[in-house]
Amino acid sequence: MKQLEEKIFKIIMICSAMIILGVLVYIIATVFYRGLPALTLDMITKLPGGGFYLGKEGGVLNAIVGSIYIIIGSLAISMFISVPLVMYINFYLPAKSVFSSLIRFSLDILFGIPSIVYGAFGFALMIFLGVRASLLGGILTVAMLIMPIMMRSFDEITRLLSRELPDALLSLGATKYEMVKVILRQLMPGLVTAILLAIGRGIGDAATVLFTAGYTDNIPNSLNQPAATLPLSIFFQLGSPVEEVQNRAYASAIILTVIILILSFSARYFSSKFSKNKI
Amino acid sequence: MRRLRAAKDKIARYLMLGIAIFTILFLLVIGLSLFFKALPIMRAKNLWVLLSSANWKPFKGDFGFLPFILSTFYVSLIAIIIALPFSILTSIYLNSYASKNVRRFFEPVVDLLSGIPPIIYGVWGTLTIVPLIANKIAPRFVEFSTGYTVLAGGIVLAVMIIPLLISITLEVFRSIPKEMTDASLSMGATKWQTVKKVILRKSISGIIAATVLALSRAFGETMAVLMVCGNITQLPHSIFDACYPLPALIANNYGEMLSMPNYESALMFSAFLLFIIVVLFNGISRFTLNQIERRYQFS
Amino acid sequence: MISTNQFLAKSDHNSFIGMNEPIILKKLVTNQSIRIENLDVYIENQHILKDMNLTIPEKSITCIIGPSGCGKSTFLKTLNRMHDESPEVKISGKVFVDDENIYGPHVNVIDTRKKMGLLAQRPCPLPMSIFENVAYGPRIHGIKKRKAVNQTVIQYLQYVGLWDEVRDRVRTSATRLSIGQQQRLCLARGLAIEPEYILGDEATSALDPLSTKKIEELFVKLKEKYTIILVTHTLRQAKRIADHIIFMYLGKIIEAGPTEEFFNNPKKQLTRDYLSGSFS
Repeated sequence: MKQLEEKIFKIIMICSAMIILGVLVYIIATVFYRGLPALTLDMITKLPGGGFYLGKEGGVLNAIVGSIYIIIGSLAISMFISVPLVMYINFYLPAKSVFSSLIRFSLDILFGIPSIVYGAFGFALMIFLGVRASLLGGILTVAMLIMPIMMRSFDEITRLLSRELPDALLSLGATKYEMVKVILRQLMPGLVTAILLAIGRGIGDAATVLFTAGYTDNIPNSLNQPAATLPLSIFFQLGSPVEEVQNRAYASAIILTVIILILSFSARYFSSKFSKNKI
Repeated sequence: MRRLRAAKDKIARYLMLGIAIFTILFLLVIGLSLFFKALPIMRAKNLWVLLSSANWKPFKGDFGFLPFILSTFYVSLIAIIIALPFSILTSIYLNSYASKNVRRFFEPVVDLLSGIPPIIYGVWGTLTIVPLIANKIAPRFVEFSTGYTVLAGGIVLAVMIIPLLISITLEVFRSIPKEMTDASLSMGATKWQTVKKVILRKSISGIIAATVLALSRAFGETMAVLMVCGNITQLPHSIFDACYPLPALIANNYGEMLSMPNYESALMFSAFLLFIIVVLFNGISRFTLNQIERRYQFS
Repeated sequence: MISTNQFLAKSDHNSFIGMNEPIILKKLVTNQSIRIENLDVYIENQHILKDMNLTIPEKSITCIIGPSGCGKSTFLKTLNRMHDESPEVKISGKVFVDDENIYGPHVNVIDTRKKMGLLAQRPCPLPMSIFENVAYGPRIHGIKKRKAVNQTVIQYLQYVGLWDEVRDRVRTSATRLSIGQQQRLCLARGLAIEPEYILGDEATSALDPLSTKKIEELFVKLKEKYTIILVTHTLRQAKRIADHIIFMYLGKIIEAGPTEEFFNNPKKQLTRDYLSGSFS
C-alpha cells in the first residue's frame, strides 16, 4: 500500500515535470513552425518598405536596432546605479544592518512591480518633464524595469563572495573604494550574468515601451525621436488582417526568441564560470 | 596622495549612500505620483462606486472598474489553480527524487521558461490555446466561444508563473534541514511519506508566500493576457467568456483620448490600484520568505 | 596576569643579512614594538579578550598558541584594526605600535594597516596577474613610476624565492599557481607595502609540508628586519621557529615567555596540561 502510493505519486510528479518541459518545447516549436517560412534575410537586414504593413517588401531592422538602442541606453543607466548600490550594501554596510535589509526589501518590491505600471509611471513622468514618446523615454522606462532585476541578481552573486578577498585588500592598506574596484574584477562573471538577465527581460518587454518609446519605421538618430522595438513590432504586425504581415510577426517572434535563447544560455555559461572560480 | 585617496573614498561613499536612498525613495515616488495622477477621479467619484460599479462608459463619465477587477481576479485565479499543482509536484520531484543530472537539466528549462518574453507567450497562446478552446474545449460546455476567453488568459498566465513558483518552492524546500528528512527516512518512512509529513508540512508558509507572489505577478501581466483574453468590457459569467483585465485596459487605452475628462486619471487609477495590490502582496510574501530563509540560516 | 617585565626579552640581532636585500626595505625604526595595555574585546556582548597586557619584542618571532576559540585570531585582528569592519565588535584599551596608540583619536587606519603585513590562513591572490598582485600595494600607496614598481616586484618575488619559479609567466593569472606558491606570493605582496610587522594567521595550515617549510624558513629570514607575530595551530611549529610564546586560553594570556623556557619549564598547571595534550 505504502509502496503503491509512492509509485503513483512518483509517476504523477515525473508527468508534471515532463509536461512543463513539453510546454517549453511546444512554445518554441510553435513559434519556429509558424515563423520559419516567412523568415528571410530581408527580415533582419531591411527597414519596412512602402506597403510593408500590406504585405509588401521590407524587414524589421527598425525594431531590431531600436530594441538594441533602448537596451544599451537603459543598461548604461541601470549599471551606473546597480553596481555602486550592490557594492554599498555588501561592503560598506555592516553584515546585519537594518538599512541594507531595507534596501534589499525595496528591491524585492521594485522587482515585483509589473512592467505596465512602470510604463504608465514612465509616461506620466515624461508628460511632467515635457518629453514625448521617444528613444529617451523608452530608455528611461526600461531602465526602471531592469534596474531591480540587475541589482537583485548581482547582489545574490556578490553575497556569495567570501570575506577573504576584501580582508586581504584592506590589510594591504587599501581604502574601501580601492578595495571595491578590485573586488569588481573578481565579480566580473557575476556582473555579466546579471547584465544578460537584465537584457533578456528588457528586450522582450512590450508594456514598458508601449507608451514611452513610440513606434517608427526608421532607425532613430537622436534621443528624442521615437524608436521601434521588437516586441511591439510583433504585436502590431500580429494585429494586421493581412496574412503575410501576420506571418512576418511570427518570423519576428523567432528573432526575439533566438535572442532570448542566446542570452539565457550565455548567462548560464557565465554563472557556471563564476561558481567554478571559487566563491 | 593620502588625502586624495581618502577624499576619493569619501566621495564614493556618499555617492553610494545617495544611490541607496534614491532606491528606497524610488518606490515611494512611483506610488505617490500614481496616487496624485489618480486623485482627480477619486475626488470626482466615490471610491466604493469606482470599485464596485460595472458601469464603464468613459464618454458619459461613468467609471466602474468592477469588470476589469473581476477579470484580473478570475484570470489570475485560474492561472494559480492550474500552475500550483504542477509547480509543487515538479519541485518535490526535483528536490527529493530527481538525480543530479535531471536537476541540472531542468534548471535551464525553468530559466528559459521565465526568460521567454510575454509577447512570445501571447503569440503561442493565440496560435494554440485560443483555437484549442474554441474548437475542442468550449463546444463541450457552451454553444459558442471565440476562444479568446478567461480560460485562455488563465492557461497562458499559468505557464508564465510556473517558473517563478518552481524556483521559489525549490528554495523553500532546500531551506529544510537535511537531518529532518533523514530522520523521517531512517524511521522507515517512504520518500513520499517524508514529503507529505515533513517537507510539505514544514514549508506550508513558504508555499503560501510563493503563491501570493505568483498571484501578484499574474495580476500585473499585460501583453500575453491582452492577446488572448478578448478585451470586452463585461462581467465574465463563465470561463468561456471574454474578459478585460486591468493591465490590458491601461495598455489598450493609455496615451489615447486623453482629452476626455477624467479618462487619463481613471487609467492612472487602475495603475495605482495594481501598484498598491502588487506592493502589498509582494511585501507580505517577501517578508515571509525572508523570515523562512533567516530561520534556517541561523539554526 | 603575566608581568610584562619577563616578556621584555630584547632580541639583540639588529644586523641585516645581505642576500637579496630589497633596496626600498631600509627603514630601521629603533623603537619598533607593540605594547598592549588593558585590552578588552567584546563581540556581540561576549567578552572575547580579557584584560590583555603584554609587550611584543621587536625583530623576533612571537607565536600565539592556544586551543581554538581562545581568541588568538581576534587578537591578531585588533593589531591591524580589521575589526573596524564589524560594528558588533567593541574594543577598549590601548595598543601601542611604535609608541602610538592605534586606537587613539587621530590615527589613520590605512597607515596602521600599511605597517602590518598580514598573511591569512588561506592564500587569497587578487584577481590579477602575479606581477600585478605584488605591484598592487606599492601602487596604491603612491609608487607610480614603472621602473620603481618593476624593481620592487622583482625584488620581493626574489625574496620569497618565487621569482625563479615564475619569471616567465609573471603576467599570467595568480590563481594558476599552486597553493604553496600562492602563499609565498601573498607574503611578497604583503612585504611590498613595506610593513614593519608581519602578522600570520595560521599561515601554513592550508599548505603541504614542503611549502610550510619554505614559509617557515622565510619567517626566520624575515625576523632580521621585521617583528613577526604568528598565530599557530601546531605546537611543533611554534617550537621550531618562535623566539617567544604566548599561550592564551579563553581570552586570557595564561603564560608567556621565551620559547625554550616556555616548553621546558612551564610555570602554570594549565600550560602543562595543554602541552601534554590534555586538551586542545
